[in-house]
Amino acid sequence: MPQFDFLSFPSQIFWLVVTFVALYFIISRFAIPRIGDVMEQRQKMIDDDLERATQLKADTDAAIQTYEKALAEARAKAHEVMKGAQDEMSRKAEERNRDVAEKLAQQIAEGETRISKARDEALASIREVATDAAKAVADKVAGVSIADDKAEAAVAAALKETR
Amino acid sequence: MASPVEQFDIKPLVEIQVGGVDISFTNSALFMAIAVGLSALFFWYGTRKRALVPGRWQSVNEVFYEFIANMIRDNVGKEGMKYFPFIFTLFMFVFLGNMLGLLPYSFTFTSHIAVTAALALFIFIAVTIIGFARHGTHFLRMFFPHGAPIATAPILIPIELISYLSRPFSLSVRLFANMTVGHIMLKVLAGFVVALGVFGFIPLAVVFGVTLLEIGIAALQAYVFTILTCIYLNDAINMH
Repeated sequence: MPQFDFLSFPSQIFWLVVTFVALYFIISRFAIPRIGDVMEQRQKMIDDDLERATQLKADTDAAIQTYEKALAEARAKAHEVMKGAQDEMSRKAEERNRDVAEKLAQQIAEGETRISKARDEALASIREVATDAAKAVADKVAGVSIADDKAEAAVAAALKETR
Repeated sequence: MASPVEQFDIKPLVEIQVGGVDISFTNSALFMAIAVGLSALFFWYGTRKRALVPGRWQSVNEVFYEFIANMIRDNVGKEGMKYFPFIFTLFMFVFLGNMLGLLPYSFTFTSHIAVTAALALFIFIAVTIIGFARHGTHFLRMFFPHGAPIATAPILIPIELISYLSRPFSLSVRLFANMTVGHIMLKVLAGFVVALGVFGFIPLAVVFGVTLLEIGIAALQAYVFTILTCIYLNDAINMH
């Protein structure tokens, strides 16, 4: 086998050393720095992008939080305003109700007094009319003239009975 | 028919004699140079743009880089990255040597024991020096692990010593034998294609399959050679 031809060994080993060292320099000085650089750069870029993404996400979260807080505040404020308006309205309504009721009660009372006065007047005039009527009836029918006070007393008695 | 071992013949292309020693530029040396040239071309072409989003060739460059870098990180650890250029060179050299050998009319320089033994011996000596440089005489604990009963020393130490010393032999013979046998097998089977005439298609199909297998073996043996180097390096740096 040519593999065991020892005369060829020096040449093989010599060229092995030469080519291997050449390849070593190509790889250590040229290939590794170039490939390593670009990969490092890529990793750096990815890391930076990821970092920026997390930063942006944090910003977004903060913005959402502020927005939600503002929203809640606005809602609370609106609620408050609405409640105030409602209170005001109900207070006003109550006041007006009270006023109206008072006025009505007053008017009712006035009306009642007027009515009772009118009734008293009417009753008084009835008595007068009845007395006159009784006197006239007695004069015409029986031909007797009755004294005013007697006629009045009789009418009063009759009215009392009918009441 | 040519002998199946004729393909391993070393033929001088340029005769060089230095002090009576023949260091002619041979077909073996030519293919070593081609391997180096191809590597240079591969790395130059792959990294010419240095794009953030790699193209096809840059991706392949990066795959090789990451493959070796991860091999060292996994087997040796961070400290092993000092030897990354050497391991990368070793892998590229053996890988291209094996692969180029599969081309018709080419020469497989990794099928020669002189080459594999020289590489293996260099690795063995370098690793031993690294071991002693890092751990001093404590590196001798390699041959007598912690926790073993002292009574086992007379058996354990010779065994460990022999297994350590046999490393360069196993490392070099594994690669040399795999390459040599594979190529002889291909040559013999290819010879049957002509010899069997019309029925030559049967060995032809076999040659086709074996060629695929040999491509796998070429890659695998380069990987095995490199990873064993990493394991030896790990023993020297971290001990076991």
